[in-house]
Amino acid sequence: MRLQAVDVKLGYGDRTIVDGLDLGIEAGTVTTIIGPNGCGKSTLLRALGRLLRPQGGEVLLDGKRIDRIPTREVAKILGVLPQAPTAPEGLTVADLVARGRHPHQTWYRQWSSDDEAAVGEALAMTGLADLAERPLDELSGGQRQRAWISMALAQGTDLLLLDEPTTFLDLAHQVEVLELVRHLHREASRTIVMVLHDLNLAARYADRLVAMRDGRVVAAGDPHEVLTEELMREVFELDAKIIADPVAGTPLVIPIGTHR
Amino acid sequence: MTTFPLRVAGLSWQVRLRGVAVTLGGLVLLGLLMALNMRIGDIRMSVAEVLGGTFDVNSANHFVIMELRLPRALTGALVGAALALSGAIIQSIARNPLASPEILGVTTGASVTVVAGVVASGSAYGGVSGLLSTLGIPALALLGGLGGAAIVYALAWRRGLDGYRLVLVGIGVAAVFTNVKYWLLTIGDVNDTGRAMVWISGSLNGRGWEHVVPVALALAVLVPLTLLGTRSLDALRFGDDTVTALGVRMNPARALMILAAVLLAAVATASAGPIAFVALAAPQIALRLTRSGQPPLLSSAMVGAVLTAVADLIARTVFSPIELPVGVVTAVLGAPYLIHLIWKARK
Repeated sequence: MRLQAVDVKLGYGDRTIVDGLDLGIEAGTVTTIIGPNGCGKSTLLRALGRLLRPQGGEVLLDGKRIDRIPTREVAKILGVLPQAPTAPEGLTVADLVARGRHPHQTWYRQWSSDDEAAVGEALAMTGLADLAERPLDELSGGQRQRAWISMALAQGTDLLLLDEPTTFLDLAHQVEVLELVRHLHREASRTIVMVLHDLNLAARYADRLVAMRDGRVVAAGDPHEVLTEELMREVFELDAKIIADPVAGTPLVIPIGTHR
Repeated sequence: MTTFPLRVAGLSWQVRLRGVAVTLGGLVLLGLLMALNMRIGDIRMSVAEVLGGTFDVNSANHFVIMELRLPRALTGALVGAALALSGAIIQSIARNPLASPEILGVTTGASVTVVAGVVASGSAYGGVSGLLSTLGIPALALLGGLGGAAIVYALAWRRGLDGYRLVLVGIGVAAVFTNVKYWLLTIGDVNDTGRAMVWISGSLNGRGWEHVVPVALALAVLVPLTLLGTRSLDALRFGDDTVTALGVRMNPARALMILAAVLLAAVATASAGPIAFVALAAPQIALRLTRSGQPPLLSSAMVGAVLTAVADLIARTVFSPIELPVGVVTAVLGAPYLIHLIWKARK
């Protein structure tokens, strides 16, 4: 178990969003968390990435309590891409990606050849090498998202948490980002946990789906087992038909609603 | 931006050519400005005489230069550097080019305690008694500056520190302090308030080694510490979640850098009064000169020192033989600059 939430209670101030939740992430898997808006999926991801301190229970990274490990050491093992991250104005792609090296640097070792190599590799992997000197604000949404993922890659962690990496992207760019995720998983055997809104893409790109509602895990497992018509009603309150994706064979959700 | 990696054994740095050029160029310019400034006074000297007075112990000018003019010029340069460094840190943390030690309550807090001290000790014709005589103006200013910052910090803290909230709380507290200051001025004796007015506009008149030493010590300790914190400061410009994701302990890093900024501004203010706009303008000028993403710390300090030296030179020559407080000049120069910044931010 790489990452584990044990009986966690999560919330902001007096508002509790998740209570008594258990979840384990196994090495070398792509886990995708799905669920309706406000179900606590981003909150859970933030807690797994130690961006949010649990009000109860604990999060374990490789068996150790994550809040007992120095945050800098955590940053060498686990990379987090927050939802809608913000960068300072005027930053170039290369500058942004270079920030990913922060946990590996000290005041006397600020730009080693390892840093340079890792940044170059991260840029190449996301296909951004040609755009390295461009300011971030000039990029398209898909390119910008790839730049952020590139920064997380430069961090050189084998565990990656991505909070809605495809929001605000058109379908082509969504597929592009998820193909990159799959590539990272297959070629570089990284363990990935992400939150996604699109159920069909989630089913296609995940080894394991975790469906949440009202701060609870309703179902977890292989997408074929999790994404059922009963689950759609229970979790999303949506009548839907599930058919096999004609391309990949993974479950495809067809909402019933009204139609012509 | 032209940078090149400097790697020796296992050590490595990134050297920004523009940053190095601005810092070195600033140092030369500063030396020149100080030499020019030290020519002026009851006895006018040539630059050669100034240099002779500085380095030749037997020179007739040695006393005037070493005991009067050099400490005054040094106070100006060091105070300018400290204020600018403080401003550069605060602007980075607040992620706002309009932020400065004023919004942290340092300068306004110091003004309140100094005016209160001068008014309360209340003896006319320059005599000093009570609180003021025991503490002295610099100590009062230091207390007020640190106290003001503590109030702003406490009010702005809510499960962590948010740059935007800090700016808003700071502006509110500064407004309260400023009005308390004016109220104190209205109830004070006219001679006392006159003395207080010179101090609160920021002046280098009559500054000696006792004003140089505290600022020099503060800079000697805090410049290396803040330079060590540069990388954290750089990370702190990102959104809060990204800061943590990069492995920076956000709240301690932020608190330490703010503490350094507050100490720098408080010590500078204790020495020369609240010199306006240097902390605001110098980091932004340095940022444009070096074309970097955030106010560069060393270059900002250098620009601050040069800016204060220029302002002091103007203050002493424009209405010669009347010497203006340096803060009046920086305010006159700074106000249009502030308007320019706000105008640009609107677009």
